Amino acid sequence: MNQRQLPEHPDFLWPNPEPKASYDVVIIGGGGHGLATAYYLAKNHGITNVAVLEKGWLAGGNMARNTTIIRSNYLWDESSAMYEFSLKRWEGMEEELGYDVFFSQRGVLNLAHTLQDVRDSVRRVEANRLNGVDAEWVDPRQVKELCPIINIGDDIRYPVMGGTYQPRAGIAKHDWVAWAYARRASELGVDLIQNCEVTGFVMDGDRVTGVQTTRGRIATGKVALAVAGHTSALTELAGFQVPIQSHPLQALVSELHEIIHPTVVMSNHVHVYVSQAHKGELVMGAGVDSYTGYDQRGSFHVIEHQMSAAVELFPAFSRAHLLRTWGGIVDVTMDASPIMGLTPVDGMYVNCGWGTGGFKAVPGAGWSYAHTIAHDEPHALNAGYGLERFVTGALIDEHGAAAVAH
Amino acid sequence: MLIIDCPYCGPRSETEFGYGGQAHVAYPPDPHALTDEEWAQYLFYRDNPKGDRAERWLHSAGCRRWFNAVRDTRNYEISAVYRLSDPRPHQTTKGA
Repeated sequence: MNQRQLPEHPDFLWPNPEPKASYDVVIIGGGGHGLATAYYLAKNHGITNVAVLEKGWLAGGNMARNTTIIRSNYLWDESSAMYEFSLKRWEGMEEELGYDVFFSQRGVLNLAHTLQDVRDSVRRVEANRLNGVDAEWVDPRQVKELCPIINIGDDIRYPVMGGTYQPRAGIAKHDWVAWAYARRASELGVDLIQNCEVTGFVMDGDRVTGVQTTRGRIATGKVALAVAGHTSALTELAGFQVPIQSHPLQALVSELHEIIHPTVVMSNHVHVYVSQAHKGELVMGAGVDSYTGYDQRGSFHVIEHQMSAAVELFPAFSRAHLLRTWGGIVDVTMDASPIMGLTPVDGMYVNCGWGTGGFKAVPGAGWSYAHTIAHDEPHALNAGYGLERFVTGALIDEHGAAAVAH
Repeated sequence: MLIIDCPYCGPRSETEFGYGGQAHVAYPPDPHALTDEEWAQYLFYRDNPKGDRAERWLHSAGCRRWFNAVRDTRNYEISAVYRLSDPRPHQTTKGA
């Protein structure tokens, strides 16, 4: 496998149109979720008079800041349905979009370091199998076979007691994914409008009729939010709240190395997840900073903590150098599950709360969000993810599979 | 690394503190009277402002006491620290 060469692509993949006076649907947020939603609105529902408004540049927010891990080994039925649907679409994405996204099914190991970890992991493996998700429990020697550079000695603070393994899981190149959706959505008639920040909503009673932007007023009957950690700021403008808290989540890369890490390793307990990008950088992520914040960086001690865990698990990494660190603003809910559905405002839809793991859900979220917008009711995939669950109490508690290490 | 000015101990590194989320969220005076919607508000909904936020911190590696701080969530500047029993100070500086 030649991992170091990326193919050339054209200078421009889509035009940069001026915003029109009105659209059938305005999607706010030009990240993975917004772009996929636009694409599936056009492709699945024939709704092409659509604008994607992005305050910065396309896919420059969390889409450019995550560690690109794709897996579907979640505990509950609603989650495994959503993430497994997404994983199947990842498997067909290059064909569907006619564009390389470097989806590499190198498998994901979720390590267990305590007896409780072991019990939870085995339970999750069984739940995954019942839901048709490929998952297996592996003992420390099998962990070592899957990832030879890992330290399975029992003289470290949190020895590896085994792990769950999902062979179909993997990573992809995030920016190429965004470009693939952007290019196809644009070809189908969607206007991708960058440097266009939404500053207010035009309302007629309880119904939204347009958006105010830094590039003028745009009339529309349907507004779909896809802005992750910035959702609260927009819903405040629309007069309602969503139950999310926005936290900085950090990730980092090393310099380029020979390919030494064949899979993806995640550890909730010691708070680190590691893979090696196609070019050879070690890509690592940490847990969120404890406090809420919108500054796209976090506290350095979080990285120190993450590095100490990484070096203990992978002694070879002690000679690597930290090249870049950054933070994204992730939208965390109380049950570590996303929010997708209708809102108290007629014609306004919300997709947020993916927390630290929205990247893997890009295809499924786009697919079901487009359905929700087109039909004014949730798709079966997101029926359980509405705002009403916080009132009914039908929470989807995915802290075990999701909370820290997405 | 934030430097947080504990009202009891003075300025210390962020690593000495635990975060307690939004301040001034009172326990419902009559929990049995709440509707499901009101319970949802109390349990799951917290302000998530871009700007000043009154929040609780615990000096867990110091005096182990809780206190409140007003912090700007855009640049993490802390403009006030005060005791739990005190009301949120009136802010005259910039804020959201």
